[in-house]
Amino acid sequence: MADTTESAAPALAGRLQALGEAVRQALPHGTIESIAVERGQELVLHVRREGLVETMLLLRDGADFAFEQLMDLCGVDWPEQPERFEVVYNLLSLSLNQRVRVIARTDAATPVPTVSAIWPNATWYEREAWDMYGIVFAGQTDLRRLLTDYGFEGHPLRKDFPLTGYVEVRYDEERKQVVYEPVTLTQDFRNFDFLSPWEAMTTLPGDEKVHLNRIEGPKPQGTNP
Amino acid sequence: MSGSSAMASEAGPLATAADPASLTSASSVSEQRRTVEVDSHTINFGPQHPAAHGVLRLILELKGEVVERADPHIGLLHRGTEKLAEYKTYLQAMPYMDRLDYVSPMCMEHSYVLAVERLLRIEDQIPERARVIRTMFAELTRLLNHLLNITTYALDCGAITPALWGFEQREHLLEFYEAAGGSHYHVNYFRAGGVSRDIPTSLEDRIGNWCKQFPKFVDDLEGLLTENRIFKQRTVDIGVMSAEQAMAWGFSGPCLRASGVPWDLRKSQPYEIYADLDFDIPVGRHGDCYDRYLVRIQEMRQSLRMIEQCLARLKPGPVKIQDNKITPPKRGEMKRSMESLIHHFKLYTEGYHVPEGATYMVTEAPKGEFGFYLVANGTNRPYRCKIRAPGYTHLQAMEVLSKGHMLADAVAIIGSLDIVFGEIDR
Repeated sequence: MADTTESAAPALAGRLQALGEAVRQALPHGTIESIAVERGQELVLHVRREGLVETMLLLRDGADFAFEQLMDLCGVDWPEQPERFEVVYNLLSLSLNQRVRVIARTDAATPVPTVSAIWPNATWYEREAWDMYGIVFAGQTDLRRLLTDYGFEGHPLRKDFPLTGYVEVRYDEERKQVVYEPVTLTQDFRNFDFLSPWEAMTTLPGDEKVHLNRIEGPKPQGTNP
Repeated sequence: MSGSSAMASEAGPLATAADPASLTSASSVSEQRRTVEVDSHTINFGPQHPAAHGVLRLILELKGEVVERADPHIGLLHRGTEKLAEYKTYLQAMPYMDRLDYVSPMCMEHSYVLAVERLLRIEDQIPERARVIRTMFAELTRLLNHLLNITTYALDCGAITPALWGFEQREHLLEFYEAAGGSHYHVNYFRAGGVSRDIPTSLEDRIGNWCKQFPKFVDDLEGLLTENRIFKQRTVDIGVMSAEQAMAWGFSGPCLRASGVPWDLRKSQPYEIYADLDFDIPVGRHGDCYDRYLVRIQEMRQSLRMIEQCLARLKPGPVKIQDNKITPPKRGEMKRSMESLIHHFKLYTEGYHVPEGATYMVTEAPKGEFGFYLVANGTNRPYRCKIRAPGYTHLQAMEVLSKGHMLADAVAIIGSLDIVFGEIDR
C-alpha cells in the first residue's frame, strides 16, 4: 500500500469513489452524508447514525462490499462542534481486499446503535469508547468500563479531561489499603505552546501599535514614531 | 462442595444460577436449586498468575472443572498511551510505541512511523536502504516475538527446555537491536522518514552468521515439541476457531491463518519492500492451539528467508530522507552550518507539523494486524492516536474459545493467542 506507484494511484482513487457511490445508491436517500477518498487511498463514509446498522449490514453482507471484519472502532472528540463525538469504524474485507472507514457523529447524550450483533468483537470496542469518551451505544447490553480502574469516574480521552487526571493511588501503610487522593504534582505539568511566534502571534506583547498601524494601512517607510 | 454434589446432580445440569426464573421462585424452593448454585463456582484467574502472560484478570465460572463462562478483565496495565501521544510531538510519542507490545517493539514503531509518513505524504520518498533495514528488523522482531511466544507457551504446557533454548536465541537478536539502535529493548529506532541512524558495518555479517545457525535451532525446537505426545495432548483440538468465527471476531495474523484463512498484509496489502520479497504464507487447517503453534513455527522459517533476502539487498545509501524539516541534519553539518543548527533546534523543540488529515495505517505485526488510526490537525501533535492492537480482539474471544474446555485448557488457549498486555491495555 505504501509503495503505490504513481500510475496506479488515480485508478485506486476512482475505484474507491465508485465503491462509495455504490454504497450510497444501495441505501435510502440521505443515509450516507458524504463520501471522501483521503489522499486517494482511503475511502471514508460519513453516515447518519439512524442508518448506521442498515449501512453496516449492507457493508458486511453486500456481495460487492463483503466487509467481514470490524478491525477497529474508536471515538474522536471535537469539543467545539455541536455533536462533539465521532465514532469511527474501520472495516476490512478479506475476500475483496478492501478497506472502508465509516464515521458517525453523536454527542454525549445521544446513543449510537450498537453493531455488536453484526460483529461480535464490537462489544469491547464499544465498551472502550464508552469508557474513554462516554459515548453511549443503544442495544449494547454489556456497557461496563473496560480499561480504567474499578469505580473510575470521568472519561479520560475527552479533550477536557486533564492529562494528569484528578486522583492518584498509593498504598497506605497505616490503613493497610490502597487509597485514592487528589493528584499533587511536585512540578506542574508544562504544556508548551510549540507554535512558533512567526505563525501563531501576529501581535507581539507591547507591540500593539504596529498592528494598529497595519490595519490603518501601510505607512511610508521612515515615519515610524 | 463434595457433600452437595449428590443433590446437585438431582437438580439436573440445566438449573443453573444464571437462570433468573429459578432464582425468583425462591419461596417454594428448593434446597436443590441452592445447592446447584454452589456447584457452579467462580474463580479468579490472575491478575498475578504465571500463565496469564501479564496482568490478566480472568473471571472463570466453572462447573466442576469445565469452563462455563470466561470474562477477561483488562486494563491493569493501562498507561494512557493514546492520551499521552496527544500531548507529545510526533517524535516524542515514538518511545511510547516501543512499550505497547514490548516483546516486538520495532513492529509497533513500524506501524506508527508508516502512519506518520503517510500523513506527511513522504511515503514514496523513503530511501531504499532505510526500507530494507526496517523490513529486516521487522522480521527479526517477528522472530523475537515468536521465540518468546512458542517457548513460554511450551512452558505453560509443561516443557521447560524450549524456554531455555529460545531465550538464548532471543539474546542474540536483542544484541542486534542494541547494535542498531543503542538499546537492548526499547530501541526507539525507526523514524518518520527512515531510521534514526545507519547500522554498523559489522552488523550485516553478524546477522548473516546468526541466520546460518538458526534453522538448526528451529529443527531442534520442533524436535522437542511438534510430535511431543504431551504437547499435542495439551493443544490438539483445544480452543478451536472456525474460519467464519475467526473472521467475525476480528482475528488477524497467525490466529486467523491457523483457522485456514490465507490472509497476510505483507502479501495482500504490501508495504515497505515486502512486494519484492519471496516468501510463503503458512496456513493452518483446524484453528486449534496446535495449528496456531505450527503457523508460528513456519513463520519463523519464512522470516529467516526474508532476513537473508534483505541482507542481500542492503546497498550503501542514505537511511533517512534528506528533508531537514523532518529528519535532523548530520552532526558534523550542525557544527558548520547555521541553517542546520536551526533545523536541529526546531526539530527537537517544536517538531514537524503534519498536515490535516486522518489515516488508518496497518502492518502485519507478529501478533496480527497492528494499526494506527491517526488524526492530524495541522499542528505538531497528533489530535487522536488510536492504537488497534491484535491481541485485544483475540483475548475478547476467550469465552468462545474456552467454553466447554477444562480449566487447564484455558491456560493453553491464552498461551496460543499470544497475549501481551502492553498492547492490549495500551
